[in-house]
Amino acid sequence: MAGSSLLAVALQDVLVDAGDGFALPSIDWAGIAPNLILMLGAILLLTVVSILKRRVPSWFAPVWTISAAVAAALAVVPLWQRFSDTGPETLVAGAVGLDGFSLFATVVVCIAVVFVALLLADYLQREGLESPEWYVLVLLSASGAVTMASADDLIVLFVGLEILSVAAYVMTAMHRRRVSSQEAGLKYFVLGAFSSAFLLYGIALTYGATGSTNLAEIQAFLAEDVVTQNALLLGGLAFMLVGLGFKVGAVPFHSWAPDVYQGAPTPISGYMAGAVKLGAFAALLRVFVVAFGPAYRQEWQPLVAALAVLSLVVGAFAAISQTNVKRMLAYSSINHAGFILLGVLAASPAGTEAALFYLLAYTFMAAGSFAVVTLVGRAGEHRQSLDDYRGLASVRPGLALVFTVLLLSQAGVPLTVGFLAKLYVVTAAVESGFDWVAVVAMLTAVVSAFMYLRIVATMYFGDAPEGAPALRIPAATGLALGLSVVGVLLLGIVPGPVSDWANSAVAQLVVAAP
Amino acid sequence: MIASETLNWLVPALILTPFVGAAVLAVMPARRAELFRPVALLFSAATGILAVYLLTQFDGNEAGFQFALQQPWVERLGISLAFGVDGISVFLVVLTGVIFPIAMLGATPHHDPKPYYAWLCVLMGASMGVFMALDLVLFFVFFELVLVPMYFLIGLWGYAERTAAATKFFLYTMFGSALMLVGLVATAVLHQRGVGGQLTFNLLEIARDPGISTNAARLIFVAFAVAFAIKVPLVPLHTWLPDAHTQAPTAGSVILAAVMLKLGTYGFLRFGIYLFPEAAVWAKPVLLTMAVLGITYGAIVATMQTDLKRLVAYSSIAHLGFIVLGLFSLTVVGIEGGILVMVNHGITTGALFLLVGMVYERRHTREISQLSGLQKSAPLLAAVMTIVVLASVGLPGLNGFPGELLALLGAFQTSRVWGVIAVTGVILAALYLLWAYQRTFHGPATGENATIRDMRPSEVLVMAPLVVLIVVLGLFPGLMIDRMEPSVKALVAHVDERVEDFEETRYEFVGPSPDTGGEAEGHSGGDSSGGTGEGGGAG
Repeated sequence: MAGSSLLAVALQDVLVDAGDGFALPSIDWAGIAPNLILMLGAILLLTVVSILKRRVPSWFAPVWTISAAVAAALAVVPLWQRFSDTGPETLVAGAVGLDGFSLFATVVVCIAVVFVALLLADYLQREGLESPEWYVLVLLSASGAVTMASADDLIVLFVGLEILSVAAYVMTAMHRRRVSSQEAGLKYFVLGAFSSAFLLYGIALTYGATGSTNLAEIQAFLAEDVVTQNALLLGGLAFMLVGLGFKVGAVPFHSWAPDVYQGAPTPISGYMAGAVKLGAFAALLRVFVVAFGPAYRQEWQPLVAALAVLSLVVGAFAAISQTNVKRMLAYSSINHAGFILLGVLAASPAGTEAALFYLLAYTFMAAGSFAVVTLVGRAGEHRQSLDDYRGLASVRPGLALVFTVLLLSQAGVPLTVGFLAKLYVVTAAVESGFDWVAVVAMLTAVVSAFMYLRIVATMYFGDAPEGAPALRIPAATGLALGLSVVGVLLLGIVPGPVSDWANSAVAQLVVAAP
Repeated sequence: MIASETLNWLVPALILTPFVGAAVLAVMPARRAELFRPVALLFSAATGILAVYLLTQFDGNEAGFQFALQQPWVERLGISLAFGVDGISVFLVVLTGVIFPIAMLGATPHHDPKPYYAWLCVLMGASMGVFMALDLVLFFVFFELVLVPMYFLIGLWGYAERTAAATKFFLYTMFGSALMLVGLVATAVLHQRGVGGQLTFNLLEIARDPGISTNAARLIFVAFAVAFAIKVPLVPLHTWLPDAHTQAPTAGSVILAAVMLKLGTYGFLRFGIYLFPEAAVWAKPVLLTMAVLGITYGAIVATMQTDLKRLVAYSSIAHLGFIVLGLFSLTVVGIEGGILVMVNHGITTGALFLLVGMVYERRHTREISQLSGLQKSAPLLAAVMTIVVLASVGLPGLNGFPGELLALLGAFQTSRVWGVIAVTGVILAALYLLWAYQRTFHGPATGENATIRDMRPSEVLVMAPLVVLIVVLGLFPGLMIDRMEPSVKALVAHVDERVEDFEETRYEFVGPSPDTGGEAEGHSGGDSSGGTGEGGGAG
């Protein structure tokens, strides 16, 4: 991360004041500590296992990863104190933001890392794929997500996106013995490279139109100046929306999502639904709500509204016709992306707060849901169809109950976090005058509910098939399931502290470089 | 509108006791199967006793909310744990408290008793919450929460087509809830915009001064009305109900009819008429039409049913039509009638479903053509059935009568045409219920019908309180009317205050035109004395 931001700043300096040569900015190491911990954690882990090779016990890598994530989350605490005392700052010559938003996002990413590490530990052992590279990639991608969420500069944002994406491509394809995994990885990589190109092109056009890649400067520029020939700017805006829309899996840029989610190793699918989505949404919020927000809201809001409605509708309706549970969850994640887009669409602090809360909620729901799919899939992940869930309640009542809670939460049933997340985004959308999008969203929630109920009904109202291999729940996966269900219920019943936290996180997002 | 806060611990106690019961059941070891039923009964009966205690402590001369309680929940969005009970909700709370233990006592599951009783307890707690919530989101939370236990009760312990019925039930209601959620968010947002201050979902605060334009209010009312109309259900949104009722286990049917359908009518009263008086007056013709449609359609379709349980389900649609007819007559008498029917329909139809369940248990069929002459071998069952059927038909002296009479009276005062058509429903009710009774209990006892067992003492114990209530509430409807009257009057005054020319809309079809203010004053006085007069007269 330090390297990447240095690179970015260096690039920017070359562009802005090429005459003065290279001037290294002062770097506030403490300010970017959480990101550094994740990045260094990855590099150190790689180093240690390269040196010690086979002498490293199998528990080492997951424990290391979880420790790094917890340490990064703890490193947020003093920074949060600093943020509440002195307000948002921008570090490393205006490249990296230290604000409530980025800190909140960092914590959510860390939660996702803890979940995926717990799940991978059992999964890799079961599939005979144990190797520390998985965890290195997880930590690297987490660092990329944090970089995106704290980017105050479009170049930094792009670098973060690449760190995140490249790691995700590899993890998707890393199940050596499953063809679908490699197919998904290739698909993800090719389409992802396209979308990155779109994003970069959009950044270039925006730079051409506004003369800066810094979000604060873009915002200030658009506030002060009226761009009479704004084709360049609108082009940049549209290209960036395409690039980021792809990463969040918004319709019509979603075609990769079902295949990739289905093909990827299941714990990684859950991680992508949590952390990867979070990085992309954080970038969307920073670029559109903050940089383009005040001045160009009229221009981008209809586009985002269209993306939101399409994602909601397609995600919900495509999901109900699936018979593969993992694919159902993939489509439902498109529907959820539509809900989060409501928060973006609102273009208000309330909307950003709602999107953050939704992302946190979805991280818990996705981690737990994909954990169940991992378990039921059994070795080789061949058992993903709805039929394989028949009668699960009579074989494994606890697991069925946990899955039911998670599915009902995704459907938005009260006293789970899913309900409050939906209430938040709907409130934000209605406050910004998008009542009709809110109505569409809630109606698609009913359609999705049909799909979730289908799974629940299959688990409870069917008879277990004869001869299915025994379903074991290993300790680490069990712990992850427990954590996700406790999180879903706790946040659903006592949302006060977290909701207040999200609220104070979005006070002011991007500040101008000093 | 908050009248008192004394004894407000009763409110959380009523909601939490069943939930604690469910939690206790959940952690009980599976091998102590014989304990599940007593434990569930203990907690639900305790809740019932608390509900009755609440009734005894309820001040019947007070119009506002008693036992009021308010705690912040999600402060950021202005959602609070606001509860209170007034003359409108108190009887529904008591009904919930009484019917659940009876339903648990009256019907046992064929398998998995532990989750069965746990879900029933959750359902009880959530139902209590709906009737006492005074915050829009809180109401929604409970309104939606009741779906989950009911879904599992139908899906796990129902009959052959249970899965489809459970899913249909869940999705229909959720469709309405989706619109309602946006509606209530819009209410709070527009209220904040119109009045200023913090975002709040508090019902009383919003109702006092909504600050919402007429058109927006009408639109939001429609969103709420669709949700409630599905829940009631009003024709043509009723198609989930016959399936759900037919497929549900006996206890599920009893609770569905007695408590859950009332969530819709209660919602109309509390979150429709009270929150958006102008829109309610505006939508009145449509809702009255739907109510009358429900009364006639439900009755006609009930006549044609061959399945006893389905017949009772359709009769529910007709009775619920009477409730909506009374409520949307927007008169004191009519609303009182509506609330009376809410409670009494809960008692009689609950009893009918229990009796149908007993018949099914003995004969393993509910086909009317398969049953005949049951009274010969089961005279006691036949006797109880007679009383309940007559109560459901609306025989004077039993509890079905006063409510329907007042609802019709209210309709006649303000909307005579609808009233006239609705009366046909009373006649049809006599037709289909008595005809069904005649076919099943009279006639020659053929085959297995000749040898069925009469009611067991335990079954008599279950039915006894219901029969007592049927007779007592039939003879002394004033017991209820007197206690609800202040609240109902306040509600009508609330509407009157906020709707221009309300008096004119009330009397457009009947009576001397209210040319002078004094006349109009006299009318509303006449209403109430009519109400009490009716109660007193019957008593």
